[in-house]
Amino acid sequence: MKKKTNSTGDLKPITRRNFLKGTAAGAATLAIPVGTSDAAVWQSFFQQHFLEMNKEEIAEVIKRLEKDYAEKYKTSFNIKATGALPNTLFGYGLDLSRCIGCRRCVYACVRENNQSRDPQIHYITVLEFEKGHKWVSDLEEADKYYYPAEVPEEGHFYMPVQCQQCEDPPCVKVCPTKATWKEPDGIVVIDYNWCIGCRYCMAACPYGARRFNWGEPHIARDEINPETHYLGNRPRYRGVVEKCTFCIQRTRGNPGRYPACVEICPVGARKFGNLLDPKSEIRYLIENKRVFRLKEDLNTSPKFYYFFAT
Amino acid sequence: MRKVNKFFIPLWLGAGILVLAVGNIARCEEDMPRFFVPPPPFSEGIFPCSDCHADMEVNPERRQLEDEHVEISEMFNHASEQRWCLDCHNPDDRDKLRLANGDLVSFEESYNLCGQCHGTIFRDWKAGIHGKRTGEWNGRKQYRLCVHCHNPHSPKFKPIKPLPPPNNPLEIQYRKLSDEEIPRNPLGNIQ
Repeated sequence: MKKKTNSTGDLKPITRRNFLKGTAAGAATLAIPVGTSDAAVWQSFFQQHFLEMNKEEIAEVIKRLEKDYAEKYKTSFNIKATGALPNTLFGYGLDLSRCIGCRRCVYACVRENNQSRDPQIHYITVLEFEKGHKWVSDLEEADKYYYPAEVPEEGHFYMPVQCQQCEDPPCVKVCPTKATWKEPDGIVVIDYNWCIGCRYCMAACPYGARRFNWGEPHIARDEINPETHYLGNRPRYRGVVEKCTFCIQRTRGNPGRYPACVEICPVGARKFGNLLDPKSEIRYLIENKRVFRLKEDLNTSPKFYYFFAT
Repeated sequence: MRKVNKFFIPLWLGAGILVLAVGNIARCEEDMPRFFVPPPPFSEGIFPCSDCHADMEVNPERRQLEDEHVEISEMFNHASEQRWCLDCHNPDDRDKLRLANGDLVSFEESYNLCGQCHGTIFRDWKAGIHGKRTGEWNGRKQYRLCVHCHNPHSPKFKPIKPLPPPNNPLEIQYRKLSDEEIPRNPLGNIQ
């Protein structure tokens, strides 16, 4: 048997360190499937945290994702990574004296944000309350499965609930991987490539606003919205959490569009604007109407204002 | 010549500032929205009104309306005890509306007519709080006329069919679906 020797000819036993190194390298080689061992696999495995990447690195990630999505959904995607506008803090207003509970907002959101149709994911839940019953302090009495022939139903009123974009978001505090954070314009976002699906954030959210992809998301090809944002409506994966982002792909722009739920509302109950702009619609309603925020006692400071215009 | 020019510089600057300031004041006063979704939602073939009314005699009597306006007679529910056609429609030029003070306004600016009684709503509408808005939150906003959502002869918002409720979480299950089997969005083409 040939003995292993070093350069000087002395016998060199395999050290524990070398053995482990070799084993690790071998295992790593085996872990890469032969058919797909291109650079993309490495890139996705070693992708940095979104906030730690520079512009070029983000562009590279986006190029990779666009290619992946194009293969998977047989459609070409445009993924933006537009940053927050300066001097902007987004706020939302919802007029409870107008809402008729028609659920147009729920499905306009689904259309815009590429939510999975099966298993079904909705960002907006419309709650129906009987007039005179407890409501803000006790949402348990609400019905979210109402389905009469016509709305509004006599003797009832409606309160849609979605992500309240808290200034002090409990969901962000509990995330063990920092996969969710608050952006400078106040939008709480999730990096679907960083989320490990532990669902701590769902437990922490007092508004039940976060949704989990229990299965591989399914969207029919003809219903895909290819205009996306990295932190918003790009297609999600099985096992990640998602939620409302105030349509970040629409609203972050100069000019930026209204969110999809605002535009669809047939009674004009939904308002959106910049809280830092004294002339904005949202500031007008906060200053002139009766306003409240949901579960204000929890000190989450939502930027979602329910109001009564009449 | 040069000296004269230099002498006039402060004057020119002052004049410029004055012009800018006046322009700004004018813009501040202009609280009327600049963007609409034209045109007013007329029933097909109903406008211009003068096509039929030009040769007709004016009849201010409260009565059962006929021909083109049977529908209006049936639905009319807008302080109908106190009001009849010519309180808002102008008898002399049928293609215009008439304010309480006698001023005429076009159908494109009918909000001036509605705002006579609904002042607080009119104020909210101008501020962007009442009514549906589309477009850009920091740019071009599309307003709607009052009559795009409220039938002027029967303005109360009519009940509509809701879209389906969410699935019960108990129904969530893993299945592999082909493209045709994936449920479609019940919203369809509603804009």
